[in-house]
Amino acid sequence: MKIHFRLNGSDIAIETDPCRRVVDILREDLGLTGTKESCGSGECGACTILVDGESRLSCLMVAGQISGRKITTIEGLVSQGEMHPVQKAFVDHGAVQCGFCTPGMVLAAVDLLRRNPHPGRQEIRRGLSGNICRCTGYQKIVDAVEAASRDTGDKE
Amino acid sequence: MENQIPVIGRSQPRFDAKAKVSGTERYAADYYPPGMLWGAVKYSDHAHARLKKVDTSGAKEVPGVVAVLTCEDVAGANRVGIPPRPDQPVLADEKVRHRGDPVALVLAESKEALAAALDLISIDYEVLPAVFDSQEALMPGAPLVHSENENNILHKGKILKGSAKEALKECAAVVEATFRLPRQEHAYLETEAGVAWVEEDGTLVMIVSTQTPHRDRMEVAHALGLPPGRVRIMAPYLGGGFGGKDGISVQCFLGLGALHSGGRPVKIWNSREDSFLSSTKRHPATVTIKLGCGADGALQALCCRLFLDTGAYASLGGPVLTLALEHAGGVYRIPHVDIEGYCVYTNNPVSGAFRGFGATQALAALEQAVDMLAVKAGLDPLVFRLKNALRRGEESACGPLRTYSTGIASCLKTIMDHPLWLEVRSWEKDAPPFKRRGVGVAAVLQGVGYGPVVPDYANAKIELLEDGRIRVYSGVTDMGQGNASTYLQIAGDILSQRFGDMEAVQPDTARTLPSGSSSASRTTFTYGNALIKAAGLLRERILQRASLMLMGAAYTELALLPGRVRHIPSGRDLPLGLIASMLDSSEKVCVYSYVAPVARDIAGIDENFRNMGYPHLIFSYGAHLARIEIDEITGEVTVKSYLACTDAGRVLNPQAYEQQVHGGIVQSLGYTLFEDFQVQKGEILTTGLATYILPTAVDVPDLLSIAVQEEEENGPYGMKGLGEVCANATFPAVANAAARAAGRRIFEGPLTAERILEVLAEEHKGE
Repeated sequence: MKIHFRLNGSDIAIETDPCRRVVDILREDLGLTGTKESCGSGECGACTILVDGESRLSCLMVAGQISGRKITTIEGLVSQGEMHPVQKAFVDHGAVQCGFCTPGMVLAAVDLLRRNPHPGRQEIRRGLSGNICRCTGYQKIVDAVEAASRDTGDKE
Repeated sequence: MENQIPVIGRSQPRFDAKAKVSGTERYAADYYPPGMLWGAVKYSDHAHARLKKVDTSGAKEVPGVVAVLTCEDVAGANRVGIPPRPDQPVLADEKVRHRGDPVALVLAESKEALAAALDLISIDYEVLPAVFDSQEALMPGAPLVHSENENNILHKGKILKGSAKEALKECAAVVEATFRLPRQEHAYLETEAGVAWVEEDGTLVMIVSTQTPHRDRMEVAHALGLPPGRVRIMAPYLGGGFGGKDGISVQCFLGLGALHSGGRPVKIWNSREDSFLSSTKRHPATVTIKLGCGADGALQALCCRLFLDTGAYASLGGPVLTLALEHAGGVYRIPHVDIEGYCVYTNNPVSGAFRGFGATQALAALEQAVDMLAVKAGLDPLVFRLKNALRRGEESACGPLRTYSTGIASCLKTIMDHPLWLEVRSWEKDAPPFKRRGVGVAAVLQGVGYGPVVPDYANAKIELLEDGRIRVYSGVTDMGQGNASTYLQIAGDILSQRFGDMEAVQPDTARTLPSGSSSASRTTFTYGNALIKAAGLLRERILQRASLMLMGAAYTELALLPGRVRHIPSGRDLPLGLIASMLDSSEKVCVYSYVAPVARDIAGIDENFRNMGYPHLIFSYGAHLARIEIDEITGEVTVKSYLACTDAGRVLNPQAYEQQVHGGIVQSLGYTLFEDFQVQKGEILTTGLATYILPTAVDVPDLLSIAVQEEEENGPYGMKGLGEVCANATFPAVANAAARAAGRRIFEGPLTAERILEVLAEEHKGE
């Protein structure tokens, strides 16, 4: 069936099986390999995308569920060559090691800061507890999100 | 950051972070070449069985299936692994020896066709008696995992010094205990993945997630019957490794597939379930220790028996056992040692390299025994450790003289002076209702490099490009630890170039030079040493040519600056691009081959033991402190504070250094508290991340890391390897803290809530 949705700011239409997993549509059909897959069962958060601004797991969603909705992947977070403040904070604060969890972690953090612009460290930890990182021990990720929330605060 | 010349010793963001955080970095799993086929493996249905017939006819009829391959399609040796025991079939031929043994490889147009075909492969087995315990596997009459062998011993080793058994009798205090350490799954986020194809000239090319591209090339060629020159392997950034990608995973399947795909590229990306089933694990270990000290608190004697379950194939089991034994005496002087260990085949999942490489298990046991002995002797555990800790120039318990930097005493003293230790007793007493508090410490080490026999070499290659930029050809995989970024930091420091003026090529057997594996705490140490020299040669060449272009200006009049050479007296700048245009292509590239120094001790050391890596020459050290709280109602352990003091020499980039320390601690915190890879009679009961519980952000506190920066004279800029030593102390430190809090010790890991509740319940048994 034909599915229309908004992807990273552009309207697109694709012809696909309505039961096809969203992660496969993004990676295999549209070439957006920034969205990762690690467990395929909703445990790790590597495939996190934003659906109408809220973080969702693209390995647990099928095509029909994104019809008419706004999808943001990690590629869509960079705007006119400028990284999102959360991305920039991840780079500056050393929150990236192997980087395979990073796109999902960044998008989960963006959603967290949307819901709670100034979270404490424990709130950040809770907010990111659906995303597994095997490299960093999380501390520098928490540092990055904390810094991003400060930077956002300065702008307000 | 891109506009700065890197400074050694100053924190700077890694240059690979931007592409990774933007989703543009391409990992092996991210390649979908046009016209590709999907490949996947049919695994064994039994832990030990003779293969009678593999019927692929049904699978071949599934629409979309292009090929179903068995061992008969493998033209080469059909074996992978490290000499002297390359014993692992690409596809099972005579027998299957564990549940993760591959029997057939399917190539198909779609994942759906692949799944349907895998279900239709029919295998006739003669089920054989199997063995699942390392000590049972040593019994006479135990089923043989490899029938051509006399027994199930892959490797055994001994370290004898003095007369430990007699010395124990003279000790004022002796403890004895047996510790069981669990199997650990690496659980890198990127499961084994890659793509492969055959070029027109017949070269097999693959892009694959591997820590060992150059070694893989030889193994793939040997197993599949190709000349090594006809195999090219590229290793982009890995989505994690930790030892689990040290050697062959999907490489031979990719190669075999590409040779039978009708010219189409083949992609394999393991599901998490297949990854858990087929990948190597940390060796489960049983360690029995007798440890004694004199009335003065000086350690006198250590007896240790260590059994590693290496599973069905050799993998790196031999070297892992060797390092376990070498590290079994810890950071101490002990005059009498009697250490013996066995690495034993079973029909369990294959065990192999995992961060710490056997040292982790040995130290988890020893450092608990040290605490028990301190308690028994009535000594403070930290004072006790410091009293017995090695100093430079002394002979270690299990190895030769420590002739190079030995910073364990500084690590221990740093803890001793820290508020987290100074206020320990009052903190423990202030436990809230239904909570118990405990504080534990542990002291550890890790050998740097391969050991005395296997050459620990790196061939650095660096190029001045036409546009005046610098390119470093990294021969060693970056699995996430950031070595590629550190290489640019080094090159930038020596050539005075900014990050933005440099680039790194990731390992590619056709472009980068063999430099060994990304492992063994050697990656920055060995390649870094080679790169310092190669970059120095390039600097010399640039200045030499600039001098000629300036009518023989003296070097002292020249300054290498970002993108140019300045002639100081005239203020004239020569852009590096211009200098590059004056160089022949053979002059633009500088290479340097470095071999790390090794221990020269041979007296009394078995040759096979030396071949497997004993002894090391240079060690990194660490001492950790953990404050934990036990919930009396749920049994849950919460780590409240954590301090890691590390001697890994000088710090090149504090941010990257902390990344390793934090990551090592948290990975080992999972090992200590949650990660329980269950295997019952060879059946894998833990099939995914729903049941294999990894630490999340809420499970760890903020960690403190202090670098004790004692310069290592052999290391690049005085550094030593860090990636493993930081992972060794967590288990014993937390276990020691838990034993204090619970009043009883748990001798089997992980320290799950159930096990904590069990020991708490024992307290009330006598009432």
